[in-house]
Amino acid sequence: MRPSEITPKAVYVTRRRLLAAGLPLVAGWSAFADTPLAPASKSPYSTTEKVTPLKDVASYNNFYEFGTDKSDPARNAKNFRTRPWTITVEGAVAKPRVFDIDAILKLAPLEERIYRHRCVEGWSIVVPWTGFPLNVLLKQVEPLSNAKYVAFQSLYDPKQMPQGKYAGIPLPYVEGLRMDEAMHPLAILCVGMYGEVLPNQDGAPVRLVMPWKYGFKSIKSIAKIRLVENQPPTTWNLANAREYGFYSNVNPEVDHPRWSQASERRLGEFSKRKTLKFNGYEKEVASLYSGMDLRKYY
Amino acid sequence: MKLAKVAVFVLCLIPLAWILSRAYRGDLGANPIETITHATGDWTIRILVATLAITPLRRLLNRPQLIRFRRMLGLFAFFYGCLHFLTYIWLDKFFDLHEIVKDVSKRPFITAGFAGFIAMLPLAVTSTAGWIRRLGGKRWRRLHQLVYFSACAGVVHYYWLVKSDIRLPVLYALIFAALFSVRAVYALRSRSMPPRAGAAVRNRA
Repeated sequence: MRPSEITPKAVYVTRRRLLAAGLPLVAGWSAFADTPLAPASKSPYSTTEKVTPLKDVASYNNFYEFGTDKSDPARNAKNFRTRPWTITVEGAVAKPRVFDIDAILKLAPLEERIYRHRCVEGWSIVVPWTGFPLNVLLKQVEPLSNAKYVAFQSLYDPKQMPQGKYAGIPLPYVEGLRMDEAMHPLAILCVGMYGEVLPNQDGAPVRLVMPWKYGFKSIKSIAKIRLVENQPPTTWNLANAREYGFYSNVNPEVDHPRWSQASERRLGEFSKRKTLKFNGYEKEVASLYSGMDLRKYY
Repeated sequence: MKLAKVAVFVLCLIPLAWILSRAYRGDLGANPIETITHATGDWTIRILVATLAITPLRRLLNRPQLIRFRRMLGLFAFFYGCLHFLTYIWLDKFFDLHEIVKDVSKRPFITAGFAGFIAMLPLAVTSTAGWIRRLGGKRWRRLHQLVYFSACAGVVHYYWLVKSDIRLPVLYALIFAALFSVRAVYALRSRSMPPRAGAAVRNRA
């Protein structure tokens, strides 16, 4: 390298300062982000159903760290810092590793997955997520034979999330999957939506998307992943075990104790529609649960 | 006084005007039906708080004339309760009677809300001077004690509905408890003391 190619210190220091100051701005902006993301390829797993408007998906969020009203996260997550960000992957693996978010973004070619997303509360959306299969990341760390489950943990920073203390659920938010669920090609790590960087209120910088499970399984703003031998605790199950099970597969036949799960309101539609078993992904995932009593393992 | 009554009447219509104007502007959010359901429910319980605050305030502030607003406020609470109920049976259940019956019997939070609403019906019907005369003050007052049930049912409905953040239902429970306590204190006092001039005003009202 020629000396002339080296960036003078004054320039890069200023540049870094600008970046440091600018990144939260970019993040805040991302309510209706137009921060571009690497182009994503289409996927055969995508639905052809009508996509829900970005405005709705970015303004109607359950993200209790930023407040319990659905309009809270879009407001309160504006200045959430998503850089620097690392994800620690550890536990029953041969190669534990701390991934930088930028390394995550380059782990695999990005795909667009247009999925149905069904909330346990009885509403649903269709979202073009951008990401790649979770199994790509898991294979990188080489799971050991005693890795039976994957435990996830969200970032919980009370300084940035002062509303979290009123969430009424234990934080940091934790979730879990059985190994075969986590390895399923439909399970994705998501870094964007609508072709843009994931808005903070939708779980930036990286979240899980499990299209055949109720929305709360798709943990947001992941900070830690741990492969474990026993079924890990999950936040809503800790908060109310009778109402929220570990599996939480979308199932119109098994009601929530307080309301029916037989139908749902697709945002933007007037009438309700029937909820589909495994949220319409029965063909792909039903075999994971063959022989299991889904009323018992709700 | 007349002007004050008109003012309170208009004030009570503002929430409805607000909902309608937001609907007209397409500004009810991603889930408009949920927004309407929550707004009408919120205003039912808020105006119920106002209604039940009248009697304690009359005594604490020594302003017996506040009684003039009580019936109107009670009817507005019922009015927003009707809108809330209508939103449920129409926009949530699409008048599917079978579904509604199942819901009311199976879902405790619906049962509580439904019971609270039904209890308001006889109160709204008998809110006229004619009905007070027909029933007689004593019986009328006894019937209208049902409003305590409605308030409690409303709080329980709200409490059972929220997923984890119980701050608001607990707040309403505390407000109602405070209002009921003031009433209880006055009731005990008037029982243990011979009737005073103030008590006579109360009875006339």
